[in-house]
Amino acid sequence: MESLALRAGGWLLLAFLAVAAVATAADSGFAIHMAIFAMAALAALWVTISRADYGAIGRGILRAPDPGRYDDDVIRWGVVATVFWGIAGFAAGLFIALELAFPLLNFDPYLNFGRVRPLHTSAVIFAFGGNALIATSFYVVQRTCRARLAFPNLARFVFWGYQLFIVLAASGYLLGVTQSREYAEPEWYVDLWLTIVWVAYAAVFIGTIVKRKEPHIYVANWFYLAFILTIAMLHIVNNLAIPVALTGSHSYSAFAGVQDALTQWWYGHNAVGFFLTAGFLAMMYYFVPKQAERPVYSYRLSILHFWSLIFLYIWAGPHHLHYTALPDWAQTLGMVFSIMLWMPSWGGMINGLMTLNGAWDKIRTDPIIRMMVMALAFYGMATFEGPMLSIKAVNSLSHYTDWTIGHVHAGALGWNGMITFAAIYYLVPRLWARQRLYSLRMVNWHFWLATLGIVLYAAAMWVSGITQGLMWREYGADGYLVYSFSETVAAMLPYYVIRSAGGLLYLAGAIVMVVNVWRTILGHLREERPMTEAAYDPAADRPIISTAVLAKEG
Amino acid sequence: MSNIITRHKKLERNVTLLAVFAFVAVAIGGIVEIAPLFWIDNTVEKVEGMRPYTPLEQAGRNIYVREGCYTCHSQMIRPFRDEVERYGHYSLAAESMYDHPFQWGSKRTGPDLARVGNRYSDEWHVQHLTDPRSVVPESVMPPYAFLANTDLNTGDMAAHLKALRRVGVPYSATDIAKANADLVLQADADADPGDLVARYPKAQVRDFDGDPARLTEMDALVAYLQMLGTLVDTQSTAGQEVRSPGAAR
Repeated sequence: MESLALRAGGWLLLAFLAVAAVATAADSGFAIHMAIFAMAALAALWVTISRADYGAIGRGILRAPDPGRYDDDVIRWGVVATVFWGIAGFAAGLFIALELAFPLLNFDPYLNFGRVRPLHTSAVIFAFGGNALIATSFYVVQRTCRARLAFPNLARFVFWGYQLFIVLAASGYLLGVTQSREYAEPEWYVDLWLTIVWVAYAAVFIGTIVKRKEPHIYVANWFYLAFILTIAMLHIVNNLAIPVALTGSHSYSAFAGVQDALTQWWYGHNAVGFFLTAGFLAMMYYFVPKQAERPVYSYRLSILHFWSLIFLYIWAGPHHLHYTALPDWAQTLGMVFSIMLWMPSWGGMINGLMTLNGAWDKIRTDPIIRMMVMALAFYGMATFEGPMLSIKAVNSLSHYTDWTIGHVHAGALGWNGMITFAAIYYLVPRLWARQRLYSLRMVNWHFWLATLGIVLYAAAMWVSGITQGLMWREYGADGYLVYSFSETVAAMLPYYVIRSAGGLLYLAGAIVMVVNVWRTILGHLREERPMTEAAYDPAADRPIISTAVLAKEG
Repeated sequence: MSNIITRHKKLERNVTLLAVFAFVAVAIGGIVEIAPLFWIDNTVEKVEGMRPYTPLEQAGRNIYVREGCYTCHSQMIRPFRDEVERYGHYSLAAESMYDHPFQWGSKRTGPDLARVGNRYSDEWHVQHLTDPRSVVPESVMPPYAFLANTDLNTGDMAAHLKALRRVGVPYSATDIAKANADLVLQADADADPGDLVARYPKAQVRDFDGDPARLTEMDALVAYLQMLGTLVDTQSTAGQEVRSPGAAR
């Protein structure tokens, strides 16, 4: 009861502070953000007071046991949020792709490309990807530690606090509140808020590991742990800034020029390395073995994979700054480590793919497994392409062009998207205690729409990127540059249209997922033919063991 | 190998050890690569001509940052024949030494802007920003007509300069005291520019947006674009680099 009063009082205080900030704000962007803050605090206050389960307080005094084995409320919210932000992020992406093909779609100032593009990247990486990571990490850490979440109320704060961060960041971009440092656009006070949420997230995750009933910490949790710690380090160092006024949104980065550039790409590249790679590899290490019903291929490989990946990734940032004013030694160091990174990346891919050893048949019969395999295949492709693009000679052509855009989308749509969709399809029937998904055939449709979308997208961007790079540097027999810049812009139009078509297919696939997830939550089951006519043969469906092992055991 | 595996079991059973080892592994790369940039002197070779932005240029830069121009325009010319011919002398580290934040960019949907200053007339910039396709039919740039209709409202410009001084930009006490006056003065065609230009050499003082009656966001953005790459005389830079102690080795 005391804690109820304490929490309600805390929210009220926060609301008052935010209202005071609105009143004294120096600019309208800050005022609107503080108003959002105030509304969120008031909503939290209302929920705290009205939804307080006075019966539960009573049961708490009587120390009644919890109904469920695991604390899954936050995870259910997280899955819904992942799907919601996914659609928002993909739609924003399609919109800006169309803006590049048809510039009449720029409605100034709020929907101009420069303001919506960070909205797209943040919505996809931090809202869609971030919610997927928080939800799956809470799910996986409870199962693999056989322990309920530590600090359940803090876990709820993490979820809602993170959504508030997303809303502040996204509305900020449209209002022009931005640092304009790629993938670190939110302003100083939004960064501070995320820091608080992130520390709470780390406390819940590590707290759950501490109270585990398993002696071993499962490999997926190593990756989640490295992801949480590294993102905290990157976020804090990269966002060091001095605000112009404590009641204004604008701030100036603590670093300038060369130092700012390298700090930013140290952050930017490892947002890829730890947010989009280490965290999602954690998902792979749990959901692929679960769905395939096979153990992880190699325990030793996972140790090697983990340590080499986290150690090498952090060095690769300077490859975003080849041939710039960054000192040569830093560029070369970045290139060398980027190339070395190829090996641990493929080690992880092999460990994931070979987990299907003895269950390859499932690629044909189980569209969720097929999504996972496609995710790993795209992971392998993107982590080969990345080291290749980091070679200075290749980078001199690819940098500043659409090739980079194609590369990141092969990774984001193929790897992050596909593995997240697979995890969602795995989680929804289990979290809502349904017999099965509403429809497996719709998963199959989603798979093909998404795959076709990625192929169109990546192919269009490869061609446009290489075309662009070659046109910029083409000299005629007379010794003059052949093309003016505007001619190279005009040459991109067909590829920008094809790219938009790819994005539309990918979005369509995600909408099929929304229907499927929605109907599954409602408990509906679609009457449909099974995915395969072949009967299940348990004798044929067993692990392949090498003859050497058999001989040793024999 | 099996020995390492056995010892690794310790980490797998102790979350504190695992966290400490993981943190050490991820901290090393950043420390080795980033820290030296702050104490190796020739990271940013000194060149003549660099000065902090005037209040109006900085206000224009803040609009550049606000609108996300970096999503399509780079400000970093690489040392290749075609880029140097297209955009001018390759960018020097010192040229972005007062850029908080840096805006080198990573994508050229539009051309590089590192040396766009004084290449086009003010009228061209205003027309192009208002309706890009009226001057470049192939352009896919969004229109920024609203800039010409929006009064420049930076808040207290002295506070901006103070914040910048805290992160290392050498503004003088006079610069800060006169920040708000300088902001208005630089876009005033009739004002006496003497003191402003003395403190900010090569500052361009005139009405930029074609509307002398108002100080708009267009004034600020065009003032910023028109000074980009104009501070350092790149013709004489080659000589300076030879003379500098870092390059002598």
